[in-house]
Amino acid sequence: MILVFLILIPFLSGLLSWYMESRDAVVSRWIAVCGLALNLALVITIWAQVGFPQTGGPWIDHFAAGWIPQLGITFQLDLDGISLLLVTLTIILGIASVVTSWTEIQDRVGFFHFNLLTVLAGIIGVFLATDLILFYFFWEVMLVPMYFLIAIWGHENRIYAAIKFFIFTQAGGLLMLVSILALGILHGKTSGTYTFDYFQLSQTPIADPVVGMLLALGFIAAFAVKLPVVVLHTWLPDAHTEAPTAGSVILAGLLLKTGGYGFLRFVLPLFPNASIQLAPYAMALGVIGIIYGAVLALGQRDIKRLVAYSSVSHMGFVLIGIFAFSMVALQGAVAQMVAHGLTTGGLFIIVGLLQQRIHTRDMDRMGGLWVTAPLMGGAMLALVVASLGLPGSANFAGEFLTLLGVYKSHVWAAVLGAAGLVLAAAYSLWLMARVFFGPRSEVRSFGDLSPRELGLALFLILSIFAIGLYPQPIIDTASPALKGVNTCIKFCNQGSSKQRATIETPAQRP
Amino acid sequence: MYKTLWLVPALPMLGFLILVFARLTKNQVAMVGVGSVALSTMVAAAIGWSFIASPPVGSTYVQPLWSWVDTGAFQAVMGLRLDSLSLLMILVVTFVGFLIHLYSTEYMAGDPGYARFFAYMNLFMASMLTLVLADNLVFLYIGWEGVGLCSFLLIGFWYSERKNARAAMKAFLITRIGDTAFAVGLFLLYFHFGTLNIQSILDAAPAILPAGSMLAWIAPALLLGGAVGKSAQTPLQTWLPDAMAGPTPVSALIHAATMVTAGVYLIARTHTLFTGAPWVQFAVAVIGAVTLLIAATSALTQRDLKRALAYSTISQIGYMFLALGVGAWSAAMFHFATHAFFKALLFLAAGAIINAAHHEQDMFKMGGLYKKIPFIFWVFFIGAACLAAIPFVTSGFYSKDAILQMVWSSSKGGLILWLCGVVGAFITAVYSFRMVLLVFFGKPQTQTAYRPGPAVKIALGVLAFFSLGFGYIQLPEIIANVQFFSHFLERTLPAFWGSVPNHAVEWALLIFVSLVTIAGVGVAARVYYQEPALPARLLENRYAAAIHNFWEEGWGFDAFYTRFIVNPFLWLVRINSGDVVNVLYWLIEFLSERINILLSHTQTGKTRTYAAVMVGGAVITIGLLVLL
Amino acid sequence: MATVPMEHGLILAATLFALGLVGLLSRRNIIFMLMCVEIMLNAAALAFVTGGARWGHADGQIMIIFILTMAAAEVSVGLALILRLYNSLKTMNSDAVSGMRG
Repeated sequence: MILVFLILIPFLSGLLSWYMESRDAVVSRWIAVCGLALNLALVITIWAQVGFPQTGGPWIDHFAAGWIPQLGITFQLDLDGISLLLVTLTIILGIASVVTSWTEIQDRVGFFHFNLLTVLAGIIGVFLATDLILFYFFWEVMLVPMYFLIAIWGHENRIYAAIKFFIFTQAGGLLMLVSILALGILHGKTSGTYTFDYFQLSQTPIADPVVGMLLALGFIAAFAVKLPVVVLHTWLPDAHTEAPTAGSVILAGLLLKTGGYGFLRFVLPLFPNASIQLAPYAMALGVIGIIYGAVLALGQRDIKRLVAYSSVSHMGFVLIGIFAFSMVALQGAVAQMVAHGLTTGGLFIIVGLLQQRIHTRDMDRMGGLWVTAPLMGGAMLALVVASLGLPGSANFAGEFLTLLGVYKSHVWAAVLGAAGLVLAAAYSLWLMARVFFGPRSEVRSFGDLSPRELGLALFLILSIFAIGLYPQPIIDTASPALKGVNTCIKFCNQGSSKQRATIETPAQRP
Repeated sequence: MYKTLWLVPALPMLGFLILVFARLTKNQVAMVGVGSVALSTMVAAAIGWSFIASPPVGSTYVQPLWSWVDTGAFQAVMGLRLDSLSLLMILVVTFVGFLIHLYSTEYMAGDPGYARFFAYMNLFMASMLTLVLADNLVFLYIGWEGVGLCSFLLIGFWYSERKNARAAMKAFLITRIGDTAFAVGLFLLYFHFGTLNIQSILDAAPAILPAGSMLAWIAPALLLGGAVGKSAQTPLQTWLPDAMAGPTPVSALIHAATMVTAGVYLIARTHTLFTGAPWVQFAVAVIGAVTLLIAATSALTQRDLKRALAYSTISQIGYMFLALGVGAWSAAMFHFATHAFFKALLFLAAGAIINAAHHEQDMFKMGGLYKKIPFIFWVFFIGAACLAAIPFVTSGFYSKDAILQMVWSSSKGGLILWLCGVVGAFITAVYSFRMVLLVFFGKPQTQTAYRPGPAVKIALGVLAFFSLGFGYIQLPEIIANVQFFSHFLERTLPAFWGSVPNHAVEWALLIFVSLVTIAGVGVAARVYYQEPALPARLLENRYAAAIHNFWEEGWGFDAFYTRFIVNPFLWLVRINSGDVVNVLYWLIEFLSERINILLSHTQTGKTRTYAAVMVGGAVITIGLLVLL
Repeated sequence: MATVPMEHGLILAATLFALGLVGLLSRRNIIFMLMCVEIMLNAAALAFVTGGARWGHADGQIMIIFILTMAAAEVSVGLALILRLYNSLKTMNSDAVSGMRG
């Protein structure tokens, strides 16, 4: 039941926040924070209940209720280690984005928070759903409010960016829907029961490799847009740049993770054969993403665009980590997702606060800001060095483990990925040098971080370095679930029989 | 006693955290900044004492700290490893570091970023000590990148000048190119050894990397890449001269005494891998020899005092690489130690000189400072004498002589490498005394009222003492049988193994090198003291001027990189800043718009046309149904 | 009672339909076009009745009531539209009403 609450609480507090808008904007903000804090408390109770290392299968919690029984659709939620990590990340970044919007958003405050919290509810739903139709439902729930966040509260070019974001995501999503339906029907035809239950579908034998490949490609279309995989990435810089700060934080910190999560949860276990066939291409695209994203980041003048392109580069590591099919690389990919969420979220927050103060994102008009805002500079410095993968930061743990695992199967990918780290250093430090170093620019002096903002930045920075120095809890949490994913692939790779290894079903399943 | 080993890096780290998070007065900042390093030095000294008095089993003490990652397949335990090599490193690093911190309290006193400076310096100390103590390559890598970050921050310490920020970035990026090779080396080692624990790798190396196999030379070659970047060796040496943009204590600590020798340390630490790959080890020697010549000639032609010192640092590290390349492990580390003392001394003295000369760094605009700041003159003179390796009285002589002797007698050395070293020694002597003569003698050009305070005097005095005296713990066998240093290090590193010593030959070499050095000093005296007009006259010759410029520009490496790598790359970045992939989507957009225009022509707006088309469609459909 | 052969009824319906169609395509006056549509509807209705009579089935007659109702509704809406159109354009020429041209 706790899983339902995880989704309902943000949504309901969003509604309440909207309702209270007419009374007082501050009340709206507090409702949003309190709702998320309540959610955080729930997640903490889950963490407290789970003993590490986990025993008794990868699944931690389960909820199921009938929804549309005629079509075999149930309202079914399951929580394992990967979901737990990402849900926790979602709530933390959710609180961060509400707090950072405290002074930025003054227009239609309640509706803003309604949209924000609905996106969060959708994301949490995506991380929990184990019925494919339900998953698709939450996938759409993420999308629409995000469109409003960009289109209403965004910057100059917001409509263009919002539509671009919508079209890209929706096109991918619809292809996934086709695949979901086809998979469900295929399962129904072979077994006689029509269902969209993830666990049952994971047992569907797909005899025809072409069918398997097509189905897999449908899913991949949705996740590759979100991740983003290079060539499908062009919505990202526009959307991230034009969105309000909270929108950018959620886009970069969370929405991109749903792509990585989708690969781990659905593509690999459901279509192991197709995944193995696609692995070389995925590797190549991942490496191109790492390098090309970094090259693009170097060329930007707009500070938000730079951070946005750096995400393309960082998520390339996630892609190669997932398709390396080794435990170490999978662990690295998960760690990288968490690390990237915290780091890029933090970067967008600082950049947003900066833009709010000096009303520009053009780095050529900045410079020497350290004199005016040393706290902001210090926070930015810490985040930037994390972003370039300085050892000791969580990003290093993620990238190092990823490359370590990738080296095993694709030496060239590991070497090129490591070379991408040089470029990461270049754009990160250049950002620092252009904004905070150098001679004083004409920008008027402005207030440094307020205690609220400083606390937020400190929290993110400390968690990044705490995870970097001791990533073991993340690894322990994700490990049982990743083992399941890895077995599916291994089983296929050995080609022992037509049978498939299946995802272990939750023990308390009725 | 050994249980306190973790305090050695932890204390400066604690200092860093306090300096970052607490608001302190200037005195408190100095107390925390210097105090943390002083405490760390004391702990290191106490550990060193007990190491010598009652060495641990196998002369090695390992202190596991925490398990970083354990995925089942990959495990990394962060731990510290104390043996004679790392002990030497922490002793030198903490001691020299402490003196430089002490000096900085006075040198940086007027700077508004006082607390920030000490915070960065403490962070550097913590990272450097982590680097040398780490028993796991991942942990070592954390320190390795940490010192790189601090180097970036401290070079760009005076951030308001764009060129400082540029120099800082250059330093970080170029070293990171080497670091990438290093990182790939880590992946490779993990893949084949299943661990990144240094000792396990060294123990298993002969079995897993069979001599002569491809793998056996790729692994050390990748590590060498990291070492070359960090230690500013050819071809990645160009960042170090620019790094002089940082405050002078930074140049002394990071870019002379400690961080830049990390590459030397890395090679010595993983020596088994290098001995298993003779070609790579030979490459180390060649890189060292080439670098020491390139950098020495460049040092000879600099006008800027700090740049000259920077090139001399590159050159001296070249000697260390040369020694490593011929298997003279302890000689390389000996030179590291003496170099740490005398180069820190030279830089700190140079800082005082620059203060005295009103922030003028051009040696040709100084002159005649001998009378004004006699104390600084004497310590700088001692430092220069050590650098030039004046025979018998300086530590630099003993360490450099040890290297040259071993290059001569090692089977991996040989005449050509030895000659490079000797020519380098000659040039070193010339440029060392060129600095002394240009700065302190000749016509006075500036007035100064600068008087060094107690902190500066203590730091310089102690360093001068060690620069002179440290050499006596390791003397050539032919002079006296005092070999504390090599015996100490041979508990960890293999002893040097060369041809059978022949006393006559050794004496001949020693005297020859001494004469070369003295000749160098003589040349310097003639050119820069007796006939100050001579250099200008020489430059009138077109060819001499061309060579001079070539040397002054560091043999054109910078220009080459800028022209052929950096600029083309930046050009590519600039023209692609709009992202070429967007074209694909513009194309889709354009096509759908075209199709839309085409189809909208069918919308004539005439009801009768629509009706006619409908009829036609119905007829065709029915016709098809009937026919088929 | 002599039964009219089904063919006769159908031929009549087809003729009516063709007449209506030709009228629809050739006339420009919207009123006439509307009338032609009515003729075509009635032709279809006639075909239904004929079919219903032939198979002895009530469905044909149900359809004709349906068509009549629909035609009435359509004519009322159509005439209202035509009136508005005439008010604003002062013409009955259907070709002049091409504001929706692409």
